[in-house]
Amino acid sequence: MSVTVKIPTQLRAATGGQAEVEVDGNNVGEALDAVFAAYGDLRERITEDGTLRRFVNVYVSGEDIRFQQGLETAIKSGDEVTILPAVAGG
Amino acid sequence: MAVQSLKCKECASEYELGATYFCERCFGPLEVKYDHSDLDAAEAKRRIQAGSRGIWRYADFLPFSGRPSDPLEPGLTPLLKADRLAERLGVAADIWIKNDAANPTHSFKDRVVAVAIAKAQELGFTTVACASTGNLANAVAAHAAAAGLESYVFVPSNLEEQKLLATGVYGTNLVGVRGNYDDVNRLCTQLAEEYPWAFVNVNLRPYYAEGSKTLAFETVEQLGWALPDRVVSPIASGSLFTKLGRGFQEWLDIGLVEGGQPKFNGAQAEGCSPVATAFAEGWDVCKPQKPETIAKSLAIGDPADGPYAVEHARKTGGGIDSVTDPEIREAIKLLAETTGIFTETAGGVTIGVLRKLAERGELQGGEKVVAYITGEGLKTLDATRDTFSMHEIDPSLDSFDAEFAQEVSV
Repeated sequence: MSVTVKIPTQLRAATGGQAEVEVDGNNVGEALDAVFAAYGDLRERITEDGTLRRFVNVYVSGEDIRFQQGLETAIKSGDEVTILPAVAGG
Repeated sequence: MAVQSLKCKECASEYELGATYFCERCFGPLEVKYDHSDLDAAEAKRRIQAGSRGIWRYADFLPFSGRPSDPLEPGLTPLLKADRLAERLGVAADIWIKNDAANPTHSFKDRVVAVAIAKAQELGFTTVACASTGNLANAVAAHAAAAGLESYVFVPSNLEEQKLLATGVYGTNLVGVRGNYDDVNRLCTQLAEEYPWAFVNVNLRPYYAEGSKTLAFETVEQLGWALPDRVVSPIASGSLFTKLGRGFQEWLDIGLVEGGQPKFNGAQAEGCSPVATAFAEGWDVCKPQKPETIAKSLAIGDPADGPYAVEHARKTGGGIDSVTDPEIREAIKLLAETTGIFTETAGGVTIGVLRKLAERGELQGGEKVVAYITGEGLKTLDATRDTFSMHEIDPSLDSFDAEFAQEVSV
């Protein structure tokens, strides 16, 4: 499944300025692993011990993956996976 | 200069004082770092007491190198001793109500917005924006109008009508988003990357949050330069709750007040209680929820400072409780009947939790308890509908006597 992963502005130095990365994967975890395979610096910033850091939110087409199956959340072709900081609002 | 940098609360990385809010290394929230080592307590106290009649009297503890000003200066709201409330609760504690509805747009949000907009102007922004559950919308629209700035205010489209009307009147670009607050917040996080705007609670959030410390400072001043033993505060994102703690700590650290942190009791609505749940379960993260409560101003299902609120409640020997919608309505009435203060649903949540603490016997005789009323009852009128009935009579003495004959003794 080919999906688009959107990278926040502050992390684009690690993707050579790319705002979006096209990757393949059956679920969110696989898609992120594919991103990390291409841009190694991102892994440590977004994950810790194999799980998402506690102030990182990931959405599949606008829906928070914590309301779904977390990193196991299935993705289908054309989905948009968005990585955002969780420290806004209130 | 006291203001130093922005510092990550997770990994301690430091950043320049710009419009940025999360750590590029670990995504942790950034917080303003100060150096008060040169600040003499007596001199600081003198400057505060000689200062303005609002939040700028605390400029030494706010994120500016100069002395900010604004035409709608909030702050110095009343702190009232609520003896009749204590009596109704059956406690011998000293209950104080900090009535922060007595601000320019009738909620504590005037404090954080005044700080954020002053900072936005200092950083050269001409447009300000926010993601809001209502009170913040009112405050951003009003303070932007006062400062002559363009503004965009994003709210869930199903907000209380009073809060929409009290926002649109200021001539802002009011945007109702078909979704809940967390959807609005996500959208604003994305918009903040695309537009060169100062989103007060996104890219300016480290400064914005500092405004809440002024509620702690005022409490100390109004109690005669003393700390309360316990505070009861509502929790939405957890920012107010944690910044109250930070405010008390800064004054403890430089010796402006003696003692230790009060016990911190947080208040949430049962229909949106991710922080209360994390506290009860012993988690260090908050599991997000889909809010379903009349306390819309607290309806944040994914609270940014939730983990820090849990930590502060634990550390101070306090707790975080939740109350049901009927309990919120009853508590609004209880506060109104015993103090003459009409609060919105968030205040009902706070007083509802205060009542729970009283019922559990947690409030000790002589204990100084401050409950924070953060908003105005006129903004959530539906919450009081059908909680009383009106006597309707003809304009005649007979009609009055017929209605009240049983009750009135002349």
